Amino acid sequence: MSKSKGLIKSHIVKKYWMAFTGLFLCLFLLGHLAGNLQLFIPGYKGQLQFNEYAVFMTTNPAVKLLSYVTYISILFHAIDGIVISVNNKKARPQGYAFSRPGANSIWSSRNMGILGTIIFVYIVVHMQNFWYLYKFGEVPYQKAEDNLSPLLNDGTVVKGGEIINGEVVSNGEVIGIAMKDLYTVVLDGFQNPVLVAFYVIGMVAIAFHLVHGFQSGFQSLGLRNKKYSPMINKAGFAFAILVPALFAIIPIYMFIRL
Amino acid sequence: MSGAKGLDLTLKIWRQKNAQSKGKLETYQLNSVSPDSSFLEMLDILNNELIEKGESPVEFDHDCREGICGACSLYINGEPHGPGKRITTCQLHMRSFNDGDTIYIEPWRARAFPIIKDLVVDRSAFDRIQHAGGYISVNTSGNTQDANAIPIEKEYADEAFDAATCIGCGACVAACKNASASLFVSAKISQYALLPQGQVEAKNRVLNMVKQAEKEGFGPCSNTGACEVECPKGISIENIARMNREFLKASIAE
Ligand code: HEM
Ligand code: SF4
Ligand code: FES
Repeated sequence: MSKSKGLIKSHIVKKYWMAFTGLFLCLFLLGHLAGNLQLFIPGYKGQLQFNEYAVFMTTNPAVKLLSYVTYISILFHAIDGIVISVNNKKARPQGYAFSRPGANSIWSSRNMGILGTIIFVYIVVHMQNFWYLYKFGEVPYQKAEDNLSPLLNDGTVVKGGEIINGEVVSNGEVIGIAMKDLYTVVLDGFQNPVLVAFYVIGMVAIAFHLVHGFQSGFQSLGLRNKKYSPMINKAGFAFAILVPALFAIIPIYMFIRL
Repeated sequence: MSGAKGLDLTLKIWRQKNAQSKGKLETYQLNSVSPDSSFLEMLDILNNELIEKGESPVEFDHDCREGICGACSLYINGEPHGPGKRITTCQLHMRSFNDGDTIYIEPWRARAFPIIKDLVVDRSAFDRIQHAGGYISVNTSGNTQDANAIPIEKEYADEAFDAATCIGCGACVAACKNASASLFVSAKISQYALLPQGQVEAKNRVLNMVKQAEKEGFGPCSNTGACEVECPKGISIENIARMNREFLKASIAE
């Protein structure tokens, strides 16, 4: 009988998308973290491994597809978040003269929009710092252990080769694309204490966002039961603290390392 | 020593002539209030003083004064129904306050609950949500089947009963930063969704009640959990998860 067009217009549906994209982004964070932790591998081995990983992440078609899904998720999550936040405000045009919201809810849960905005600014700056620079900017190139010979993207060392316009040239012949040295870009970048502080603040915002967001996502999707929900809540809290903390240790470690 | 001398209180109360006027907080001094009196009795005492002085008394909602009708509202010192959990305003007593306290008393604030006068708001939006699907269709022509004739697992019966204890007071809306009615709506949906009698109309019920709540101007749910903490009946946000689930099922099947 009823033609309620529920799936298109309802607040609840906007929250399904919010939760779906938000929880997907949590998975993305795990993958991203696994990649970043390679920066802890010391010496030449670590440098090479990280730069090979960077090549893989920018050329593998499956990763490419996944990265587009991630960009779309972030954009969709952010836009949906703004729409929801506007609707949130509309429902109470006149506020209370005196209110004690802390008496019944945690701060994070009431400030997801502000936290999300900080995260969004963080993501934009972060993309500019590394992703944009890596793809389009001036970056150093990975050298072999002799500190002289260039490497191809697939890891082959080209003895006596030189790099011209990002390509490895040997005996006047172009052999392939030179491997960029993102590792050194990261290391140099984090010698700047302002950038380190900015990254730590970004991670603190993600931590607060997820202290509420992780379990909230399950609730929005209706995934709740007496047996599993206490576990989801505990795991979510651990995730919200541990994952951003591990991310944040990297710039701090790079800063104090030398 | 005779008993406590009573509380001297500064009251900051929202006064507003009608829906159109602007309204503002007025300050009243009320002395020697017995700690044994209830919060509503304290307001009765204030109103007697106001009437004696020829001023208009403060309008506020109340009926049963024993926590079952849901009529009493009041946002007291920054919380619906004031300090104390699992109580309505009529169950709040002045012993919860100290001598010299300042007490803020405001109406529920929500676009969907317009102010009628002073502390009284129009909660008929809840009735319209209920009309949109909060019922089961039973033939009452004289050969109605006894509900107890259908065996129901105790766990479900208990949960449905818990949901059904919602008194429609609106504290959940008042507490929510988004003035969302999700706890109320989900309780009203759950009390049927958990029982066999509720299955026939389950799909349209959730779609129509949610739609009506949004039409009334209640906000989205941010899962802050404030409603559950302030609900005098302890209705769980588990019901909101159930509503989200039912809504998804019904939307896909639509
Ligand atoms: C790494 C990035 C991010 C992750 C992992 C993430 C994760 C989440 C999760 C899991 C939720 C819970 C969804 C729900 O309540 O159903 C959420 C909610 C939210 N997110 Fe994000 N988020 C991220 C970035 C952002 C950004 C960039 C914005 C906005 C500019 C944002 C704004 C919001 C808002 C406003 C909510 C709450 C909506 C509400 O219930 O009122 N988030 N996020
Ligand atoms: S859910 Fe609780 S707070 Fe909301 S109307 Fe029902 S009894 Fe009142
Ligand atoms: S007056 Fe009935 S619940 Fe308070």
